[in-house]
Amino acid sequence: MENSVWIAILAAAITAGTPILFAALGEIITERAGVLNLGVEGMMLVGAVTGFMVAVKTASPWLGFLAALVAAGAMAAIFAVLTITLRANQVVTGLALTIFGTGLSGFLGKPYVGIPLPVSFKPVALPLLSQIPFIGPVFFRHDPLVYLSYILVPVLWYYFYRTRPGLNLRAVGENPAAADALGVNVFALRYIYVIIGGMLAGAGGAFLSLAYAPSWLENMTAGRGWIAVALVIFAVWDPVKALLGSYLFGGVDALTYSLQAATRIAIPSFFLKMLPYILTIIVLIVATRQTIVKHIGAPGALSIPYDREER
Amino acid sequence: MKKGIRVLLMLLLALAVAVAAAGCGGQKPAGESKSGGNTAGGGQDQNQKMKVAFVYVGPVGDAGWSWAHDQGRKYLAEKLPWVEATYMENVPEGADAERVLTELAEQGNKIIFATSFGYMDYVINVAKKYPNVIFMHCSGYKTAENVGTYFGAMEEARYLSGMVAGKMTKKNVLGFVAAHPIPEVIRGINAFTLGARSVNPNVKVKVVWTNTWYDPAAEKQAALSLLDAGADIIAQHQDTPGPQQAAQERGAYGIGYDSDMSQFAPNATLTSPVWNWGPYYVKTVEAVKNGTWKPEQYYGTMKDGIVDLAPFNKMVPQDVRDLVEKKKQEIIDGKFFVFQGPIKDQSGKIRVQEGQKMSQEDILGFNWFVEGVEGEIPK
Repeated sequence: MENSVWIAILAAAITAGTPILFAALGEIITERAGVLNLGVEGMMLVGAVTGFMVAVKTASPWLGFLAALVAAGAMAAIFAVLTITLRANQVVTGLALTIFGTGLSGFLGKPYVGIPLPVSFKPVALPLLSQIPFIGPVFFRHDPLVYLSYILVPVLWYYFYRTRPGLNLRAVGENPAAADALGVNVFALRYIYVIIGGMLAGAGGAFLSLAYAPSWLENMTAGRGWIAVALVIFAVWDPVKALLGSYLFGGVDALTYSLQAATRIAIPSFFLKMLPYILTIIVLIVATRQTIVKHIGAPGALSIPYDREER
Repeated sequence: MKKGIRVLLMLLLALAVAVAAAGCGGQKPAGESKSGGNTAGGGQDQNQKMKVAFVYVGPVGDAGWSWAHDQGRKYLAEKLPWVEATYMENVPEGADAERVLTELAEQGNKIIFATSFGYMDYVINVAKKYPNVIFMHCSGYKTAENVGTYFGAMEEARYLSGMVAGKMTKKNVLGFVAAHPIPEVIRGINAFTLGARSVNPNVKVKVVWTNTWYDPAAEKQAALSLLDAGADIIAQHQDTPGPQQAAQERGAYGIGYDSDMSQFAPNATLTSPVWNWGPYYVKTVEAVKNGTWKPEQYYGTMKDGIVDLAPFNKMVPQDVRDLVEKKKQEIIDGKFFVFQGPIKDQSGKIRVQEGQKMSQEDILGFNWFVEGVEGEIPK
């Protein structure tokens, strides 16, 4: 294939990977604090619909984006109350949150189906950077939300591994009892990070409805929230690996169509459509093996509600 | 005590989910048909309306398939004030459909329009139990004493839209974003290709399958991949305007589907083959009222007005409009038939001899691409 085709596929991979990246980063933060929130899909949908509704009303995609953060954060807050304060089962509550978010977003978004967005996020070619051959058109001709995700990855990495609050965050997820003994407020930190995680899932949803599609349709995330949850395991809770993983998934997603359009190789489209999910399974197998061999993996207290009295 | 609160909150959450779900699938009466006459079995009531129900597979706001049917329902309610036309949306093509159809029959609906292919067997099942209710099934092939089917020759409108694309393309490569590899879609791609090549024999049509009716992001992505592969006009057999928006983003042209999609991509969508079910619904309901209704397999054409082309965008020059209008008149007058020989398949082999017309059965069962289509039909 020619160079231009590769550039097109790689650029498409980044666009398709960005909503997954936002959601996966959010889930990494949540899980690093020791909370497993399987409601990503639901929070993404609520973010997508709220962002869209506000953007239609105000004609400002940025206000829509902010509203998506707030709405998905509120969803995460419900989850936090149930699992952190009331110590409900995190898996069950997360599943309930996804079902709730799917229904709620469909209900709220009903009058907005099929309405065009007055102003959506538009690609902005960054000066100078976008002129670099090959790299420029692949990485630096996207919309502002993509650039935001670029910045978020190193920032989170630095926060996790190089700052004091980041250390506290990881401590809360690995051994909340020890963190508590050191005077870290486990409950408050878990609340904060669960809500921030939800906001990022909402950002992923808003990217779909305000930049990628841009429109609102019921259930438009189409399983991307679940891919994000799987990706967190693949990335061993590391933001940089999450970036690579998201673009890998995005690339496979983009490839399903590019292979059909650009080549004459007769690969059944059903098979291509299956690829991201096959990849998910392979990735999970590899990641699990890696975890066993290298003794790295899930935060120690993941999905275990913290109860002071059980210390 | 704490446990009590937890249980209560979980219950509240469950309740919220239930309410939200009910809000999505609920039945809504047509605004103008709300009347006081709600007496059960009140034969004396002069003002009692005939109850008619529609079942949709998607939301009415999808700007596509279900939306077009709902426009028909609104038209019906407006033209025949003695009809009370209600609808159920988002009804999946599974066992739920049987429950919904039974419910509608129980509610005293005289005619039930089931507007998606996958309802077929459920319609037949329910119709057996309610011989006094008339069922109309869109796009299926099974009939019974009280079950008729209806569909339309979208290929005629697609052929015309292909002519527009064939005239407007500069690179001679057209892209087609296709939903599922079933005869209905294949037929549309073939008609589009024949239309395009009738005015521009050098045109190629590249096909990308999305395997979904309804996923704006996937459809848009598929369209972008076609644009990357050299297409400069994007046609679609999809229910969302995603492909049109992709065309607009890249400064290319598009051909919509189902409804006039130019509102979503005013600088791209040249025209859209559209459904116009309203007049047929009026005719059917009147036939039932007059007792002249018979179970039949109705296949409406452009002449009947069931399929049409949305108004041209201002970018389409006058000579192209004239050419297409002329062909449209020939189709309406019965002088031109879309699937008339000679038609070659992808390998160049003649499949329909010169002067021969494809039979209705062959047209409804299309499983091969005509010459000029680039793409595979997944087996």
